[in-house]
Amino acid sequence: MDTIIRAENIHKSYRMGRERLSVLRGASLGIATGSFTAIVGASGSGKSTLLHILGALDRPDEGRVEFEGQDLRRFSGRRLNQYRNRSVGFVFQFYHLLNELNVLENTLLPAMAAVGSAGWIRSRTSRQEAACVLLERLGLGGRLRHRPYELSGGERQRVAIARALMNRPALLLADEPTGNLDSKTGFGILEVLKELNRGGQTIVMVTHDDRIAGLAEVVWRLTDGKIETE
Amino acid sequence: MMMFSWKLAIRYFLHRPASWLAAAAVALCTFIVIVVLTVMNGLAADFKQKNHAFVGDCVIASDSLVGFVYDRSFVETLESQPYIEAVSESVAGVGLITQPGANWNIGVQFLGIDSARHSAVTGFADSLYYHRDNPEQAFVPDYAPEQEGCVAGIDLIGGRRTADGGYAHPDRPVPIRLILSSFPLTARGALARGGTDLVSSKTYYVADDSHTGLPQIDGAMVYLPLRDGRLLTGMDSPVERISSIHIRFGPSVSLRQGVERVRGLWAVYLQSQSDRSYSDLFESVRVQSWQENRRSRIAAIEKEQKMLILLFLMLGIITVFIVFVIFYMLVGHKSKDIGILMSVGMGRHKIAGVFLKFASLIGFLGAAAGTLAGCVFLVYINPIEDWLFARFDFQLWDRSVYAIGEIPNQLHPDLLLAVAVSAVAACLAGAMIPAMQAARKETVQVLQVSQV
Repeated sequence: MDTIIRAENIHKSYRMGRERLSVLRGASLGIATGSFTAIVGASGSGKSTLLHILGALDRPDEGRVEFEGQDLRRFSGRRLNQYRNRSVGFVFQFYHLLNELNVLENTLLPAMAAVGSAGWIRSRTSRQEAACVLLERLGLGGRLRHRPYELSGGERQRVAIARALMNRPALLLADEPTGNLDSKTGFGILEVLKELNRGGQTIVMVTHDDRIAGLAEVVWRLTDGKIETE
Repeated sequence: MMMFSWKLAIRYFLHRPASWLAAAAVALCTFIVIVVLTVMNGLAADFKQKNHAFVGDCVIASDSLVGFVYDRSFVETLESQPYIEAVSESVAGVGLITQPGANWNIGVQFLGIDSARHSAVTGFADSLYYHRDNPEQAFVPDYAPEQEGCVAGIDLIGGRRTADGGYAHPDRPVPIRLILSSFPLTARGALARGGTDLVSSKTYYVADDSHTGLPQIDGAMVYLPLRDGRLLTGMDSPVERISSIHIRFGPSVSLRQGVERVRGLWAVYLQSQSDRSYSDLFESVRVQSWQENRRSRIAAIEKEQKMLILLFLMLGIITVFIVFVIFYMLVGHKSKDIGILMSVGMGRHKIAGVFLKFASLIGFLGAAAGTLAGCVFLVYINPIEDWLFARFDFQLWDRSVYAIGEIPNQLHPDLLLAVAVSAVAACLAGAMIPAMQAARKETVQVLQVSQV
């Protein structure tokens, strides 16, 4: 199976007051295309940091990330924006929806950010239709005009998933997607992710919960800033 | 992307009460600036126009009370110029007025003129009440045509001023006699007619009054026929003299060009007169535009205008600061949104663009509301003041003190546009630093759990 994204010898440290805290100390991994991978580790072990580095939301101090064979270090700022917009989709623990936009608009956010005014006018109808199909598929067909604060936690997370999938990214990165939900709702979200994976979507999920990680095909464990497969 | 930025900016505007407050602050500042500048500019323009009307376009005038030698040929030279429409000579002096049998007197200035010629150059005819349409008869009292008449500044005539700033005139002129006394001077500045006849006095019937709108003139000026002016100032002998020559230019010449040409003619004339007796009197003569001639009066109001503009610049800085504070807080509150936008691939300059569009919305709506409110207020400013005066006896300017008729309220599109554009620019300036701060935020930091 092809490797869609590969991280090699990733180092990352943060300044905590007067001291420097090393979070990642040479972490390396490869994610196969079409796989459902979980990265587990204790709280503060650097799981989210690794995920952010894979999604180009953060830069490693050392090491490199290759996406489909291309080194992210060689990407310009504009190309990195394109990468975040088209190649990866993020699902966050706290959903991170814009309260000023409704469900449909939140879902369309990556699509709107990707094109100019003229492009948006040309493609608006088709993109809105695609967003509606996506939301319908995630059980939010009747909530298109609702604002995030009018939704339950599970619904908000499904909107976040829809937004992450809007531009059909090759890689879906989920940071504790069930961390803020009750177990029943959380498993509902995991079912959605598994369903997406069965459809061919590559997913990398970060969690501290071994039971949740057990639902993934591949599990990587992050310990002492290094990563090992199980 | 462009449309999305605007959509988000509009949503931010609609959902943040602080943005309404910012727009209200901009509207208030815009309103104040438009109203005050319109009124102040109107007052200044009106004052300048009245000064212009009083002296004409160009004045050849002597600084001295003894005047300069009058030469009809030079006046004819001026009149023959195609760019000059009219010329008028005048004699100026100072004196005392009283009434027969009265034991009071008032110090006045007087101006000897040919009323018809002077009306062709200046706004003299328009300042009259009874002889506006026949200024050549300005010095003929309707109630005593055979008597010698004068025109008095309107504020010299008691009882004409009304409380609302206007003037009341009887249907027909009421007989008023004035005795004007002056001190004739020789061409060398000594008292003329030495011996027993040091003072020249003449009795006049007030034929009309003159309302120039200039308090210093209307409260202290008496207009006389030119020959009487010469007689009372002593400029009738040993050589005829005048104090000034007033000129009106045709529409084809600019003020600056006209004045330059007259200066040229005056220089040539002076050369030809160098051997003439009393030619030294020409040394105190200046050729000036009306602006230069009335500079001492106009300068004060121009200074006030500049002060006012400076004050409003400070008001603009306050607007910038208000917008800055609001956006600074807003960017802090919207950190999570900034992180979300960055996570879906929006670039830093586009993030800044969202906040700048938000600021321009505040500026545009605030400026539009302030401009509209300012226009409406200015249109109704005089009825509002009339109502306040009728109900509460309140006037913005006490018309018994200030020579102001209606409050100037003429709207100037260029001023409205300049103020509105400045308001939008002030908003953009105020939002610039917070917008740059927003663009510089690190995605990971703003999306951290602690930031949520």
